[in-house]
Amino acid sequence: MGLARRIIPCLDVDDGRVVKGVKFVDIRDAGDPVEVARRYDREGADEICFLDITASSGERETIVHVVEAVASEVFIPLTVGGGVRQVADVRRLLNAGADKVGINTAAVFEPELVARASDAVGAQCIVVAIDAKRVDDHWEVFTHGGRKSTGLDAVEWAARMQTLGAGEILLTSMDRDGTRSGFDLALTRAISDAVEIPVIASGGVGSLDDLADGVMEGGADAVLAASIFHFGQHTVVEAKAHMAARGVEVRL
Amino acid sequence: MSQQRIAVIDYGMGNLRSVAKAVEHAAPGADVVVSDDVTAILSADRIVCPGQGAARACMTALADSGLDKAVVEGMKTRPFLGICMGFQVLLSHSDENDGVACLDVVGGRAKRFPSPLLDEDGAQLKVPHMGWSPVYQQAAHPMWQGIGDESRFYFAHSYYCDVDDQQAVLGRSRYGLDIAVAAGGDGWFACQFHPEKSARDGLQLLNNFVNWDGTC
Repeated sequence: MGLARRIIPCLDVDDGRVVKGVKFVDIRDAGDPVEVARRYDREGADEICFLDITASSGERETIVHVVEAVASEVFIPLTVGGGVRQVADVRRLLNAGADKVGINTAAVFEPELVARASDAVGAQCIVVAIDAKRVDDHWEVFTHGGRKSTGLDAVEWAARMQTLGAGEILLTSMDRDGTRSGFDLALTRAISDAVEIPVIASGGVGSLDDLADGVMEGGADAVLAASIFHFGQHTVVEAKAHMAARGVEVRL
Repeated sequence: MSQQRIAVIDYGMGNLRSVAKAVEHAAPGADVVVSDDVTAILSADRIVCPGQGAARACMTALADSGLDKAVVEGMKTRPFLGICMGFQVLLSHSDENDGVACLDVVGGRAKRFPSPLLDEDGAQLKVPHMGWSPVYQQAAHPMWQGIGDESRFYFAHSYYCDVDDQQAVLGRSRYGLDIAVAAGGDGWFACQFHPEKSARDGLQLLNNFVNWDGTC
């Protein structure tokens, strides 16, 4: 046996509440991050990802309290992203109980932030999130939810982020995000082959086969999904059983 | 029996809260304190030394705060648990940051995974070693009680512990190399993985620590 490929449910959190309508019949408050995280832990999730989508900067502290509450009761790794702009933000989230912190837009505007954060807390705590979209024959890094192109080549960008000290890449295909048509496997494979650090595939999962494909064809070290789990379409247990049946090593 | 006190050493290297909360969860009756005070730490019944980050920063923080003494003294006198960097600082030396002298209470060296790192089938492995790998128990030990052999624990590291005394190695894992991921001796246990993030088996290990009398 070796290292298991990870399955990571992702939760959008707005001002301390889980949004995007998580629907579990057996959960009293599907908006409560602690309840939802506990549920995914019970199902065998290998890690949980929180994406803070709080628009108001005045409410930024809220996510810190969410992380504190979840980390007090759920003992699996937590990755937290959204609105991270400085090393102090990274430290605050780690001290609250996050294991890894995702840096997205701020890395584009200030790549050195990744180096400083990595030096301060260690590469294993720094996840650089890349939102990529196909443009002609390659993929470019986009910001603002896929609306603004940076002109940066996504594969080159991933390699640069590794050099600066990223410990992991969270790769989201903006072409596939929300489509339920599967990961962009060519993109996932291109990035995974270009770096020596782990890659989490994200964006487009609509079926259990998509998860297995992300590993087997895309070469992803971990797969992230939201709606397939939130709406009760599949449990993490089912996802793992399916991946195992397809020959992917998972933690059962 | 009076309530036992467990000190989590705070030398400023992050994520102590998770460790403290997990110990509290595993041992509801215990008084868990996060402390940077040598006297307070050495008055506790048990000591947990966590830590993450780079070796030089960790060693500097330990030396500057005088907490290196709490680690060395504490290890000899009461049950001691080192986690991740709290394992690596016990060794003689770390190759990280161009080489750092460590506490040298456990003979050995922290080495970086080679690049490229390949599995048995020749496929490239990523570094950091991040995620859930099976731990092969090398000996029966009170710290493994209730934990099945080959149970998976959560890892997140780029350097691994090469321990000199093979008799001290209590758990091994394979990630390109065969690596020591748990070691122990009289009164101490140290692991490369994160029990505080390893779900049920991790909490069981912490519970075992709280009940451990320090003998092997």
